[in-house]
Amino acid sequence: MPKLTIEDLKKIREDAKKMTTLREGGAGVKITVHMGTCGIAAGARDVMDALLEELAETDRQDIHVMNSGCMGMCSSEPNVTVAVEGREPIIYQHVDRNKMRQIFRRHVLKGEVQTDFALARME
Amino acid sequence: MRELSLHIMDIIENGISAGADLITLEVSEKKKEDLLIIKITDNGRGIPQDELEKVMDPFYTTRKTRRVGLGLSLFKEAAKRCGGEFQLSSKEGKGTEVYASFQMDHIDMPPIGDMAGSFSCLIMGNSKVDFVYMHEVDNKSFDIDTRHIRQELEGLPINSPKVLRRLTNTVRESLKELKS
Repeated sequence: MPKLTIEDLKKIREDAKKMTTLREGGAGVKITVHMGTCGIAAGARDVMDALLEELAETDRQDIHVMNSGCMGMCSSEPNVTVAVEGREPIIYQHVDRNKMRQIFRRHVLKGEVQTDFALARME
Repeated sequence: MRELSLHIMDIIENGISAGADLITLEVSEKKKEDLLIIKITDNGRGIPQDELEKVMDPFYTTRKTRRVGLGLSLFKEAAKRCGGEFQLSSKEGKGTEVYASFQMDHIDMPPIGDMAGSFSCLIMGNSKVDFVYMHEVDNKSFDIDTRHIRQELEGLPINSPKVLRRLTNTVRESLKELKS
C-alpha cells in the first residue's frame, strides 16, 4: 500500500511549523460547498478542488471547509456559502473554479463580498 | 453525471449523511471479462427494509429541503444503461451497501474519471470520516486507508491543505500506475 513517504511527511511537518497562527487578528471563516447530487452534477468538485489549492497557499488556520447537502436551490448550483465570523453568511451561485478563487481571495481573505456572484444574504 | 467518480462521490455522501464514520469503496476493473464493479459500504444508520424500494424512487428523499432524491436512481440508471446490475442492501443500525456493475466496452459507458479528485474532496469536506479505498485493474491493485494515514500524521489533521494535496497526488500517481 502506498504510504506518504518519510520525505513527504518531513516536508509537511516543516510546512506546518512555518504556518503562523492568526488567532489574534483572524476572524474565523466557514466555507460550505454544497454537494448534493445537483451540486456534484453541476461541477462542485472542481470548485472544492480550486478551494483546496487556495487553502494550500494561505497560512491562515482559521478557515474551515465543509460539505453539505443540497439546500433546495438546485438551478443555481454549484453554490458556496461563506460565513465570516460576526457577519451574515453570503450564498454564492453558479460558482466555478475562477469564481471560487476570486471569492476566496477577496471575500474570505479580505472580507469584500463579491456581490456580482452572490445569490443571497442569510439573515 | 459525466464521470463515474462523481456518482461515487454522491453515493458516499449519502452514507455520511446517514451518520457513517467509515466508508469502504471498492472499484474493480476486470478488462478480460469486460466488467467494472463498484461497491460502496458505509456504517451509517441503515435503511429500514420497507424503505429499500422507496429510496430508489427519485421523488423520495429523507431530506427536508427538497422533495427529490436523485443520487441512487441516477447511479442505478447509469449501470443499467451499460448492461450492468445494481443492488442496494442495508441493515438498520449496521449500514448500507451499494453495488453497481458496468460493461466496460458498452457504448454508453462513461469514464471512471478523476477518482483521486473525488477522494480528496470527500476527505476535505468530511474530516471526521475514515475512508478505505481499494482499486484493482485486472491483477494489479492499490489501496489506501485514511486510518493508517492519520496514524502516520501523528496529530496533523488529514484535511490540512498541504497534506491533502500530497495525498491526492499520491493517489493519482498510484492509479496511473495501475492502468499502465
